[in-house]
Amino acid sequence: MKRGLLERELQLLQDEMLELGSMTEKAVQRALEALRHNNAELSQRVVEEDRLINEKRYQVEEHVIEFIATQSPLAADLRLAIATLFIVTDLERMADHAEGIGRIHLLLGSSPAPEVPQIWQMGERAIDMLRDALSSFVQRDVELARHVCNADDAIDSLYDAAYANIIALMIREPESVTRHTYMLWTAHNLERIGDRCTNIAERVIFLVTGRLEEINVSRY
Amino acid sequence: MAQDPSAPAAVTEQQAIPLVRGVAFGEQEAPRVSQAATRLDVANLHAYYGARPALRDVSLTVWPNSVTAIIGPSGCGKSTFIRCLNRLHEVTPGARVEGRVLLDGDDIYGAGVDPVVVRQRVGMVFQRPNPFPTMSIFDNAVAGLKLAGIRNRELLREVAERSLRRAALWDEVKDKLHAAGGALSGGQQQRLCIARAIAVEPEVVLMDEPASSLDPMSTLKIEELMRELATSFTIVIVTHNMQQAARVSDYTAFLLAGEERVGELIEYGPTARIFTNPRDPRTEQYITGRFG
Repeated sequence: MKRGLLERELQLLQDEMLELGSMTEKAVQRALEALRHNNAELSQRVVEEDRLINEKRYQVEEHVIEFIATQSPLAADLRLAIATLFIVTDLERMADHAEGIGRIHLLLGSSPAPEVPQIWQMGERAIDMLRDALSSFVQRDVELARHVCNADDAIDSLYDAAYANIIALMIREPESVTRHTYMLWTAHNLERIGDRCTNIAERVIFLVTGRLEEINVSRY
Repeated sequence: MAQDPSAPAAVTEQQAIPLVRGVAFGEQEAPRVSQAATRLDVANLHAYYGARPALRDVSLTVWPNSVTAIIGPSGCGKSTFIRCLNRLHEVTPGARVEGRVLLDGDDIYGAGVDPVVVRQRVGMVFQRPNPFPTMSIFDNAVAGLKLAGIRNRELLREVAERSLRRAALWDEVKDKLHAAGGALSGGQQQRLCIARAIAVEPEVVLMDEPASSLDPMSTLKIEELMRELATSFTIVIVTHNMQQAARVSDYTAFLLAGEERVGELIEYGPTARIFTNPRDPRTEQYITGRFG
């Protein structure tokens, strides 16, 4: 027997969560693009639109609470509701990291950001991780979720390289220490996005298997 | 010592039931701390109505001082199962049981065991409140003792008050103990039945959908009472209400009848796990309301 109402609610929850995921992905993409191409207007937009992402997060949370109260979900349905609560929190915080990158760009003023190639590589990988994490959720794919957790190692390594690179730049150009510090902050924001993708993947594993496990402990 | 089945069981008498020990039970997620109370070991239990099997090969351990919920769709043998735990099943003409039910190691189906004594040790509360309607509240509460021949009024008064207090009914009825039991509300009547069941100091209390005919407030009172009683007794409850099983029980057993309409134990484990992460897909389907 199908529980029509419950199935519809579950689908709605998933759709809302994915919408939040899509908003977050766009925020990260735009923040990096704005920084790379010195587009202050776009950075400003990322900062301003973070409010919409916060609102969406609370909307999904309220929906989850209503779902639990009215549908009394159990087993996999209950795990989905709980996993969704955690995932939307991570998505919203990722968007905060994107907003942070936007604010850093605005702090840098009109001159372009110092060139730290690892930062763009970290950004690409972080976006891939986010996409894979959300796909693993939709497909209930534990293998893909584990892949996401493992992919965080590459981001951590790039962060190490970015850190070394930025320190070298600071030594070489002491007058630009502040600007390079901003780049360090940017790299840190991206590193945290990777960690939060890992959190999402761990929730997917919980959703599918019922086991709570920490798959990959970040070095930071 | 075997009793004459026709003689009423004396409450104070500790009946010696032949011991049948040594049955091996698999890992069934035993509690970490087992308190000193009665446990029930069900081993390879089969139940029949005439030639028709109703339950097949059920083995599980009911842990002491716990509430164990038996869940499953209609016709899966839940009620038959608990009626096997105090030898009520065999009261139905043609009904019989195979396998063993060990009450702290004593086989209740052992040779010479008196079913009356078994039912004294394993009490039962039924779906519909069934106090003796014209009998007073007081007499209902101590009916089991009177049936056992106890006439000491002081003792009866003590037991009545203690049982009604433990059944969370005393404050509501202490001023009308001689009113008819049938005059109480449905929820009160059910608590009176619980008082009656525990007055004879059973070790295990079986409850067959004890709240299914009650309103939500009365249901909550019965559920809280179950938790309270579990500190003194071992409780087994049959329920159709999944949320109730989740709320009150420590362990949950899921029974399911297949195409042959014979109930089997599909999964048994701690309630928290069964309701968050069942291992068998049939349990998952049932508790999430996809069938049954």
